[in-house]
Amino acid sequence: MSAANPAAFGWWSARNRLRGVSSRSHFPLLMTCVVFLLIYIAACLRYRGFFSLQVAVNLIGDNAFLGIAAIGLTLVILCGGIDLSVGAVIGCTSIFVATMTEHRGWSPALAVGVALAAGTALGVVQGMLIHFFELPPFLVTLGGLFLCRGLGLLISRESVAILNPLYVKLSSWSLPLGGHATFPLVGVLFVALLCIVSYVAAFRPIGRYVYAVGGNEQSALLMGLPVARTKIGVYAFAGFCSALAGIAVTLYTSSGNALTGSGLELDAIAAVVVGGTLLSGGVGGPIGTLVGVLIFGVIQSAIAFEGTLSSWWARIAIGILLLGFILLQKLLQPERTNP
Amino acid sequence: MNAVGGTIPVLDPPAAKAPRAKVRASGAMATVLYPTIALALLLLFNLLFTAGFFHVEVRDGRLFGSLIDILNRGTPVLLLSLGMTLVIATGGIDLSVGAVMALAGAVAACLIARPEDSPLHVFNVSHSLPLILIIALSVALLAGLFNGILVATFKLQPIVATLILMVAGRGAAQLVTNGQIPTFQHPSFEFLGSGFLFGLPFPLILAVLIFLVILGFVRGSALGLLIEAVGNNPVAARLAGVQASGVKLVCYVISALLAGVAGLIATADIKAADVNNTGLYLELDAILAAAIGGTSLAGGRFSLVGAAVGALVIQTLTTTILARGIAPELTLVIKAAVVVALCLLQSSKFRELLVRIAIRRRA
Repeated sequence: MSAANPAAFGWWSARNRLRGVSSRSHFPLLMTCVVFLLIYIAACLRYRGFFSLQVAVNLIGDNAFLGIAAIGLTLVILCGGIDLSVGAVIGCTSIFVATMTEHRGWSPALAVGVALAAGTALGVVQGMLIHFFELPPFLVTLGGLFLCRGLGLLISRESVAILNPLYVKLSSWSLPLGGHATFPLVGVLFVALLCIVSYVAAFRPIGRYVYAVGGNEQSALLMGLPVARTKIGVYAFAGFCSALAGIAVTLYTSSGNALTGSGLELDAIAAVVVGGTLLSGGVGGPIGTLVGVLIFGVIQSAIAFEGTLSSWWARIAIGILLLGFILLQKLLQPERTNP
Repeated sequence: MNAVGGTIPVLDPPAAKAPRAKVRASGAMATVLYPTIALALLLLFNLLFTAGFFHVEVRDGRLFGSLIDILNRGTPVLLLSLGMTLVIATGGIDLSVGAVMALAGAVAACLIARPEDSPLHVFNVSHSLPLILIIALSVALLAGLFNGILVATFKLQPIVATLILMVAGRGAAQLVTNGQIPTFQHPSFEFLGSGFLFGLPFPLILAVLIFLVILGFVRGSALGLLIEAVGNNPVAARLAGVQASGVKLVCYVISALLAGVAGLIATADIKAADVNNTGLYLELDAILAAAIGGTSLAGGRFSLVGAAVGALVIQTLTTTILARGIAPELTLVIKAAVVVALCLLQSSKFRELLVRIAIRRRA
């Protein structure tokens, strides 16, 4: 690869190579897109009414909270870490916001603000433990998982419906798309966040630091990049995204439940991995995660349209896809000389 | 005596062995010391503040009481933590144990109850307990082989490789039960979960036997040494001629088999296969038990005795909270604190920080 003449690749490829992203690492993302399109087209041919704007839009709208959480997780994984606390933060946030607005008379804005701040703070603490004490991210965020599940259940075991007029208005608001199709607020949130994060990850210095730290932390440190700030920032952002996803859940269901998002951390990891982000860090991006979430959505929608198939087929299909993509990544990944 | 022999210090074998055995024993003692202290503190707390915690009574020739309850309820986590310890020692992790528990339980329940809509309806083996157990454990064995091959042969990251089965395993279990919760009546199978032998709960006796067998198998043979070699330094182990992939495969298979046994016990205990809840989050408890027991999560150093004590610590904590009428949700919060505290204790940076603070205080 190093022997090739850069001029022969043209501007686009050269720019990609400058970023340390070879066309080889785009192949998994391409495969993900192909798989998504194949499933989507097959579903359109098989089920009447599948090929409609509303169904397509719902692929995003119905999985927006998963997507929002997965975006935060994408950055953590890009940075070479992992965050297991995602699902628990969602549950804790949703019950917190619901209880505070309904039973304590807080204004929704205050509850949402406090929830987002708390999620971010949890991320900062996790990031600091991981960076300064060199603790394994897996275990620290496992602690975060236990903590948030416990706190959520302490707030309320029961599901709490949100009847606050402002909240109800927000959750029923949706963007008209022409025809009968509408795009819910949570979907708008997801798409907006995705655009911002994609831009920052690709073009802003802080985004490039994430890739650099994930690619090789030692090198990033020697290059004088702010490794500590990047790593802690990434976990803080993941905490923020998880809290936002929890708020998206309350908007989507108009209620809060401490057990929402059980096991969602694994769905989110699966979406990130299927989206072509390498778990070893440094390669991938938020756009891939969008496609990963879309594959989730299309499988679930297809199973719902089939009617006779049960929802557990979705788990098996996702497991098989996960296996396929990881093996594919393994084949494409150049052999590392140092273990 | 030839020249070469003269240069090698030949020690009297008993004299050479004695100090080494002593060093090894003291090292093992140190790893088990902390969890044992934690367990002792928990028990002491209960002795002082929880009335009737140590009360054990004999009813119908069976022992009852909080202590027996801890041992009995702790068996699934105990079994899982043994396998998890071995897997972690090779530098891996097994997230799929909870799903494998559910899968093995579902297979056994469907073979016994033979619900019409289960794909296992065609197998007519409900009369033969050994066959049921063998089939259910074979499924667990296959799961372990799947994990092991992905990690050892395809060199996937263990978190990802076992995540696949964690996601798909419960789906497969749902497939086996066809989404139902099959219930059954089968006295000899139920004995596995709720039977009593010599006045003690049968799961406990089974777990102790399995523990001894694994301990003997791992520490009695070279396997334990090989596992430590692979976990400590894979490159050095390879250069020394250790076949790392084989060692890893064995560990994942053991882990899945133990998960299968735990799943059978859990299923027999409730006389039904509740696929969605059997073994839910138990993989996390098992990892926690291994970590409490002094097994380094980076691989290498491990202690099976420590893992067993760790499992007991977790169960004692849970039972204490239940016995004292504290909100059970607090268990999770306390567990979180334990996880973080453990990580910090294992972190050399944190210990350096403590030392620095201590020096500053003294100055």
